[in-house]
Amino acid sequence: DAKDVVRRWGNEANEALNGKALSQGASFFGGASSAGQVVSTSNIVQYHAMGLLYAIRQHDRMAVLKLVNTFTGQSKSSGWMGGGGGATLRSNMAHVLLIRYAVEVMEGDPSRASQLHELLKEWVRHRSDMVSLEAARAMCQLPGLNSKQLTPAVNALQVFLSSPRPTVRFAAIRTLNMLARTHPEAVQPCNVDMEGLITDSNRSVATFAITTLLKTGNEASVDRLMKQMQGFMAEISDEFKTIVAEAVRSLCRKFPAKHGVFLAFLSGVLRDEGGLEFKWAVIEAIIDLAKHVPECKEAALAHLCEFIEDCEFTKLSVRVLHFLGEEGPQTARPTMYIRHIYNRVVLENAVVRAAAVSALAKFGAATAADPSLQQSVRVLLRRCLDDREDEVRDRAAWALRMTGDTAMRGKYVRDDSTFALAVLERKLVEYCANPAAAAAGQFSFDGIPRISRAQEEEMRDRVRVEAMDAVLTGSAVSAPSKQAAAAAGADAAAAAAPGTPTTAGTASGFADAFERQAQYAEKLNAIPELAAFGAQPLVSSCAAADLTEAETEYVVRCIKHIYAGHVVFQFDVTNTIPEQIMEQVEVAMEPEDDSAAELQPVVVVPIPELRCNEPGSAYVAFERADAAEFPTATFGCTLKFVVKEIDPATGEPMEGDDGFEDEYSLEAADLGAGDYMLATYIPDSHALWEALGADSEAVEVFALAAFDGIEACITSVAALLGMCPLDGALRPKSKAAHQAVFTGKWMGAAKTVARTRMTFQKGSGVTMELAVRSEDPSVSQLVVAAVA
Amino acid sequence: MVNHSLYTVQAVVVLDSDGARLLAKYYSRRPSAQGHKSLKEQKKFESELFSKTRKSSSEVILLDGQTVLFKYINDVYFYLVGASDENELLLSSVLNGLVEAISALLKHNVDKRNLLDNLDMVVLALDETIDDGIALETDPSAIASNVSKRGVDTLDVSLANLNEQTLLDAYKQAKERFNLAL
Repeated sequence: DAKDVVRRWGNEANEALNGKALSQGASFFGGASSAGQVVSTSNIVQYHAMGLLYAIRQHDRMAVLKLVNTFTGQSKSSGWMGGGGGATLRSNMAHVLLIRYAVEVMEGDPSRASQLHELLKEWVRHRSDMVSLEAARAMCQLPGLNSKQLTPAVNALQVFLSSPRPTVRFAAIRTLNMLARTHPEAVQPCNVDMEGLITDSNRSVATFAITTLLKTGNEASVDRLMKQMQGFMAEISDEFKTIVAEAVRSLCRKFPAKHGVFLAFLSGVLRDEGGLEFKWAVIEAIIDLAKHVPECKEAALAHLCEFIEDCEFTKLSVRVLHFLGEEGPQTARPTMYIRHIYNRVVLENAVVRAAAVSALAKFGAATAADPSLQQSVRVLLRRCLDDREDEVRDRAAWALRMTGDTAMRGKYVRDDSTFALAVLERKLVEYCANPAAAAAGQFSFDGIPRISRAQEEEMRDRVRVEAMDAVLTGSAVSAPSKQAAAAAGADAAAAAAPGTPTTAGTASGFADAFERQAQYAEKLNAIPELAAFGAQPLVSSCAAADLTEAETEYVVRCIKHIYAGHVVFQFDVTNTIPEQIMEQVEVAMEPEDDSAAELQPVVVVPIPELRCNEPGSAYVAFERADAAEFPTATFGCTLKFVVKEIDPATGEPMEGDDGFEDEYSLEAADLGAGDYMLATYIPDSHALWEALGADSEAVEVFALAAFDGIEACITSVAALLGMCPLDGALRPKSKAAHQAVFTGKWMGAAKTVARTRMTFQKGSGVTMELAVRSEDPSVSQLVVAAVA
Repeated sequence: MVNHSLYTVQAVVVLDSDGARLLAKYYSRRPSAQGHKSLKEQKKFESELFSKTRKSSSEVILLDGQTVLFKYINDVYFYLVGASDENELLLSSVLNGLVEAISALLKHNVDKRNLLDNLDMVVLALDETIDDGIALETDPSAIASNVSKRGVDTLDVSLANLNEQTLLDAYKQAKERFNLAL
C-alpha cells in the first residue's frame, strides 16, 4: 500500500539528505534552459528529506538513532560529503528537526543522557538563531537537569532577550517563562533583562516578562516590581490583569514578609477600574493573604470594608461579607465590622442584604463574643425581620433563633464539615425528578457523605486550576500561553492549598468513590441472584485489585462488595486476544486455608460471552454463615472458560467449533477486615472519640522492624485499615514521629475512630501504638487484629 | 507535544487595511490540528487577528493558543499561523520568504491594488512556498523564479550565446563530477 511505495524512495531521500547529486544536477541544467532557474540557497530539500526519513522510520528507534548519528559526528562516514567528521546539515530547518529527533530517541535512555546534553550544548552555540533557539528550548525541557547544566541555554536566551527582532525576544522570553516554572533559580540571572522588557512594545513579550519575573523575583526585587506594575496596570487588558492578580497571589505566599507592599498594590488596583473576573481574583488574593499572614489581617479587612462601600458587583460584595463574617468575630474590635455590615443590610440589593444577615449571624454565634455584643447583634437582626425580601427575613429569623440558643450556637460554630456537593446535587435532582419519591417522604440527608471543609477547599482549588488551564488555553485574546497562565494558576493553587495534589486527589477520590458505589449498586441489582442480597452493598472496595500483571492476555481486576449477610466478589475480565472469543467465563475460588469455613459459596455468575477488548464482569457470591463473624481469608483464583476461535471475516465463532476448556491462573484475592470498613469522614472525630469512651477501646502496640520509614508504615497501615485518613494523616511531618487519626464506619453503620502514634528509630524500625474505638466494641478488636 | 513532522504551518492569511480578506488558506494536516475550520470560524478568527494587530508594530502575537507572525506592508497585512509550540524563527523565515517573493513579483510595489491585479502570481507564490502546511521553500528568489517564467531580477541568458556557453558549461560540470566520483 501507500506506505510501502513511499518507503522505497527512502534511498533517494537519503541522498537528498546528504546533499548529493541533486544540487549539482540543477546547476547543470540551469545553464541550459532559457528560463534562468534560480537555485535555491536554502537547501530546503534537506529539510524535506529529513522529515520524510523520520516519518518512514519513526517506529524503529534504532533507525532514527542512526539517522541522528549521521549528523552528530558519531558515524564513520567518509569525508567527501561535507568535509571532515560526520555529514553536516546545510539547512537550518533540517537542523531544527534533527534536534527534535535527537531528543526523542535519547531522552529516555540514561546511558545517552550525557551525550545528548553535550550535543545540545554544542548546538546552542550554533550560528543560526533558529537552531540555537531550538536547542535551548530542548535543553530547558529535559527533565532532571540542575541549574548549572542549564546555564548554556539560559545564556543563549539571555542574549536573545536583547535582540532587535521582536520574534526572537518573544521566543526567548517564552522559553524562559516555561523554564521558570520548574527552575526559577536558573532564570534569575536574566531578571534585569526581563525587567527591561516589561515596557516592550510587543504586548505578548511584556506579558511574559511580567509573569516570569513574578516567579523568579526575590525579596529585593519585589518592591521594584510592584512599583513598576502599578504603572503598568492601567494599560493592560482585563484578562491579563487577572493573570497578574493570580501571580501576585502566589508571590504573596512566597514572601509573606512583604505583605505590606502586596496589600498596598492589591487595594490600589481594587479601587481602579476593572471587570468582575479581575476584581474577583484580587479579592481572592487579599483574602488569601489575610488568611495566611495574620499580621495583615486587620489591614486587609479594613481595605475590604472600604471596598464594599462602593462595589458594583453583587457577587464580590457577597464574598467579602462572607469573609468578614468568618474573620470579623475574632478580631479585636468586631463592632467596627458590624457597623459596616449593617450598612450593607440597609442600603444594598436583596442578595447582598441576605449575605449581610448571614454575616451578622456569624458574629452573633461567635462563642467568644461578649453578651453586650450579642445583644447588639440581636437588635440588628430583629430590624431585619421587617425586610421586603423573603430570603432576608428567613435568614434573620433563623439567626435570631440560633443566637438565642446556646447549644445550637455551639454546634454551628464547631461544625467543620460540609456535604459532598456533587453527590448532594445528584440526589436532589433524582428526588425532584421522581414524583414517587416525593410522595414517599421528605428528602433524606442520610445517604449523602460528609467531607471536611479542608477537603472541600482542596477540591475547589484543584478544580479552579483545571478550569484556569482550560479557559486560558482557549482564551481568545492575546493572553500569554497556557503554560504561563497555568503555571501562575498552578503555583497559586500549589501554594494556596497546603494539601498536596495527593490529598486533593484523595478528596476527589471520595466523591468519586460515592459515584462509583452508586454505579456498582446499579450493576449488581441488574443481576437477579445478587439483587436478592440487598438494595445496595454496604461497603464496596474503592480500588480494584489487579489479579493479573499488566499486558497479559487476560486482564482481571477484583472488586469486593460486602452486604449485610453476603460477600460478593466482582471480577472485571478483559480479553485482549483478538482471534478468540471466550464463553462461560467464571472464576473459581479456592480458600487457601480453612479459616474460610464461615464463608459458604452461594452463587457463581459467569459471563456468557466475552469478546476482544470488551470487558465483562463475573461474580462469585459467598454467604457469611454467621452474621456476627467477619471472616478474613485469602482465595486462590483461577479463570475458567471455553475458548473458541473466531473466523476473522465474520467475527463469529467458527462453524462446528465447540471450543476447548481452558484455565488461567490468577493471583490470590484477599478478603481482609479493612474490606468490611467503609471509609467515610466523620465530622468532629474528637468529640466522637470522647463519646465512645474507653470501654469500646482496643489498644495494641506493634514493633514493626520491617519498615524503614514512617511514611512507608503509615501508607500500609492506611491500606490495611481501609478507613478515611484525616487531614495530614498520610503526610508525616517528621521522620522520627507521627500521629494520625482515621475514621470510618464498620459495615457502613458502626462509627469507628482509630488513632495511631508511631516513632521510628533507625536500628529498631517503627514502633506503633494503635488505639481503636467504635460503637461496637468487638469491631475495635477486629480492626486491631487486621493490622496485626 | 513536540512536532516531529514537516507540517508546521496552520494558516496563511492576507488582509487589507480594513480587515477584509484578500487571500486566506487554512491547512489542517498536522495530527493534532483542530480540524477543519468552518468559514464562519475562519472569518471570526481573521477579525480577531485584525483587531489585535492593527495597533501593534511588532511582528508576533500569541492568539487562541497559536503563534501568529505578521508583517504590515503599505496597506496590506500578511499573517502566518503556526502551533504554539513551533519554532518561531522557523515560521519567521517562511513568512519572510513568502513576503519577499511577493514583493519581488510585484516589482516591490506591494499594496492592495497591485496585489489584487496580480492575484494569480500571489497565489502561485503562496503555493510554491507552503504546500498543505509543509514549508516548501524559504528562499525568496527561488520562490519568485518558480512562479514566473521570466527570470525576475536574474541575469538574462542571451539567446546568442546559448549553445556554445551551455555546452562548455556542461562539459565542465561533467568533468568535475567525474573527478569527485573517483
